[in-house]
Order: sequence, then C-alpha cells, then structure tokens
Amino acid sequence: MGLLHSLFKQMLSSMRDLAPVVIVFSLFQLLVIRQPLPPHVGVAELIIGLISVLLGLTLFVKGLEIGLFPVGENLAHAFARKASVFWLILFAFSLGFGTTIAEPALTAVAGKAGVVMSDAALIAPELEAQRQFAITLRIVVALSVGSAVVLGVLRILRGWPLHYLIIAGYALVLVLTGFAPDEIVGIAYDSGGVTTSTITVPLVAALGVGLATAIKGRNPMLDGFGLIAFASVMPIIFVLVFGLIGFGGGA
Amino acid sequence: MNEALTILRTTLFDLMPILAVIFGFQYLIIRKPVPHLGRNLIGLVLVFLGLALFLFGLETALFPLGAVMAEQLTSSEFLPTLAGEVERHWSHYYWVYLFAFAIGASTTIAEPALIAVSLKAGKVSGGTIDPFVLRVAVAIGMAFGITLGSWRIVTGTPLHYLVIGAYLLVIIQTLRSPKFIIPLAFDSGGVTTSTITVPIITALGLSLAGAIPGRSPVLDGFGMIALACLFPIITVMAYAQIAEWRQRRIRARQESPPVRTGHNRGDKPWNSS
Repeated sequence: MGLLHSLFKQMLSSMRDLAPVVIVFSLFQLLVIRQPLPPHVGVAELIIGLISVLLGLTLFVKGLEIGLFPVGENLAHAFARKASVFWLILFAFSLGFGTTIAEPALTAVAGKAGVVMSDAALIAPELEAQRQFAITLRIVVALSVGSAVVLGVLRILRGWPLHYLIIAGYALVLVLTGFAPDEIVGIAYDSGGVTTSTITVPLVAALGVGLATAIKGRNPMLDGFGLIAFASVMPIIFVLVFGLIGFGGGA
Repeated sequence: MNEALTILRTTLFDLMPILAVIFGFQYLIIRKPVPHLGRNLIGLVLVFLGLALFLFGLETALFPLGAVMAEQLTSSEFLPTLAGEVERHWSHYYWVYLFAFAIGASTTIAEPALIAVSLKAGKVSGGTIDPFVLRVAVAIGMAFGITLGSWRIVTGTPLHYLVIGAYLLVIIQTLRSPKFIIPLAFDSGGVTTSTITVPIITALGLSLAGAIPGRSPVLDGFGMIALACLFPIITVMAYAQIAEWRQRRIRARQESPPVRTGHNRGDKPWNSS
C-alpha cells in the first residue's frame, strides 16, 4: 500500500507541473482566440494525450526514485570514495552517456530536429532518415554529456577553478558558431538546455556530491554544481562540431 | 497497435544504456548484490511504462498544444488587418509574445525544485535574499528568455547575437556577484526546462517559424530553450547584486563605519547549516 500512496502523491505533483500549461492554454483559447480548434486537432485526443503525459510522468519519476536512483547513487558514492581514477572516469563517462540517452526532453527535441532537417532537404525525406538523424544527434549529445561529467570529475580531483573552464567553454561555442553551418546552430544551442533534466541531474549530482565529500577541502554544493554546468555547455560544442563534420562549413 | 509496439521498442532502446551502466558496474566492478533488488525491479517496470506513456502523450498532446497555439496566433484572421501590401510589423504578434511569457512564467514559478532551492538560498544568504523574490526572478528570467526567443523567430534575428550578448552579461556578472549565488544561478537555468515545457516550447518555436513569412523552421525555429536557460542565470545574479547593494546601503546608514559580517559575501559554504 505504501507504493500506491506514494504514487498518488507523485501524481498530485505531476498535476501541479501540468496545470499551468493547461490553464494558460485554455485561457488563451477561451479569452483570446475564441474560435474552435482547427479540424486537425481533436479535443478528445488532446485530453487522452494529457492524461498519458500525467500518468507517464508519474510512473517515470516514481520508478526512477525507487528503481534507479538508489542503486545509481550508491554506486556513485562507492566510486567516488574508493575507486581508482581509471574506473572513476569510465563510470563518470558511462553515467553521463546512459542518463542522457534516456532523457525524454532530448528525445522530443531530437525527434523534431530530424523532421525539420528532412523538411529542409538537408537529409533524405524518409522517416527512416529522420529517425537516423534523431538517434545520431542523441548519441552525439550523450557523448558530450559523458565528456562533460569526466571533465567535471577531473576538475574536482585537480581543483581547477570552475569559472575559467566555463568561460573557455563559452568562448569555444562562439568560435565554433562562426564556422558551423547555420542550420545546426539553433539545434546545438537548444540541446544544451535539455540535457539537464529528469534523469541526468540527480545521478550526476550524486556523483559530484559524493566526490566532493570524499576529497578534503571541497565544497559539495559548489562542486556538485560544476558537473551540471559543464553538461549544459559541452553539448553545444559537440553538436556544432557534429554539424561541421556532417554538413560542412557555414555559408 | 503497430504504433504502440514502436513506442515500447524505442522505450526499451532508450533505457538500455543506463540500465547496462548501473547494473553492469554494480555486478561486474563492485560485485556486490543490490540490497532491495525486488523493489528496484518494480521501479524499473514503472520507469518503462511511464516513459512509454509519456512518449505517447508527447506526440498526441504536448507537441500539438504548442503547434496549435503558434498556428492560431499567427493566422491572418486573428492578426490585425493590413492596409494594402505593407509587410507585417513584428509588434503585430503581441499575443505570441504574451503567450510565450505566460507559459514561461507560470510553469516556473511553482516548480517544486525551485521552491526548495530558493528556501535554502534564503537561509544561506542570512536574510539578504528573499526566497519568494528569488523565485520571481527565475520565473521572469525564464519568461523573458522565451519571449525574446519568440521575438527572434518573428524578426529573424540571428540566435548567436542574443546568445553572445547573454554570455557576456553572464561572465561579467559571475565576476562581480556574491559568490554563494553563482552555483544557484547556474542551477536555476537548468530548473526551468522541465520535461513538460521543453516539447511545448520546441513545437511552438518550430510552428511559429513555419507560419511567419520569410522564416524557416531549421534556421529560425530553435533557440527558445537556449534563451530560457540563459536568462534566469542573469536575473538571479542581478537580484543578488541588487539585494547585496541594498543591504550595504542600509548598513552604512545604521552604523558607520560599516561592518562586514561575511554573511553576504558568501565565503560561507553552501550547505553549512
């Protein structure tokens, strides 16, 4: 019964997340647009979809809490405390990669990016080509988050100052933007924002906090945060490079 | 039915890497059994079902929600009528900007992660930071970022100009803000883009770019999320700077010479409480 009770509580919190969207949408429909929805949008479908989102998010977040996070956090602490640098780095990379592939917000953005790229005739118009692009993009972003977590771990181990690295990352983004094809820039910048979401943040932060607690003289909050900050700059760099390699230089 | 199978298959594919990482490292490297394996397995089944349901709802509700708003708010019947053959001015799309602002502000202000973080920040700052004002600062930053993003799509302003401007501001502020606020500011950039808002904003931007004459989804449609992540960093640091400045003025008036307690200089560790 404990599980059902906590599922119910989780559902209330998912409802609270979804409510502002539904309220703003309905207010705009009723007060501003004051017209029936276009024929290709079914109200029944929207409602079914919203209920799926509500149930899906509830089960997903609760499931992560009881299924994945406890094991992942224990592991992160164990590696932070005793593992050799080699295993620690390998674990950090795999953790960043694995969590990012599963991140639903990235799935959403990458899927749309595939459709848009194929509409713009940059990739083949088939569904298969769109899927291929979406998966490749997600793998590139996942590799970048893996590298970001590794860089963050090295930074904690060596005590490199955070803001210089971030500023260097920003500078690299700006330089690459000048060379990358224009069509990839928007996708690249947005992919930096979607990686720090439901799955990645708790597990990666656990690794950061675990490490910072294990090493003397480190501040758990500051160092845990460094990992997340890298995880939002590195994807931009990787996707810009991916655009450069895949689609040639900018116009 | 076929669609359902596809979703289940992709969901399994999505979850494979993280499961392999967690359980691979647990059993091959650490070589210890997981303490509550049964419970964890139930959790994994929930994760699988939940992700599949969410991906289904993404296509049937969240994408259409953003797309239909962009479509309706840019249709020629809805916009002010044009006299003659003049080109549309960007200010005609004010409802688009208002919608973007409303979505950004409303989804952020009640975000539970943000509430928790802002209460902590209030404690650490020793009263300089008001948790509620901090939340408002994040919400305004997020809402402003999305609004600016929708304006950019309408006008076709290159995204990197705005991003460069924002980066420069962030860098300058990072060097001048009270230290304790910096991690919080960067974190708040990530808090704003939740799993629900990202798809809606993406669909809104792409449909907007598709509907506005002269814009293309691939060149102009993305970028709202990037701006929505950057501007909370700016508003949070700005609020901390203003709060610190006010505190200093009050102190200077109360007791001269002013005494620095060290509280709002931020040399206290983040969670020392």
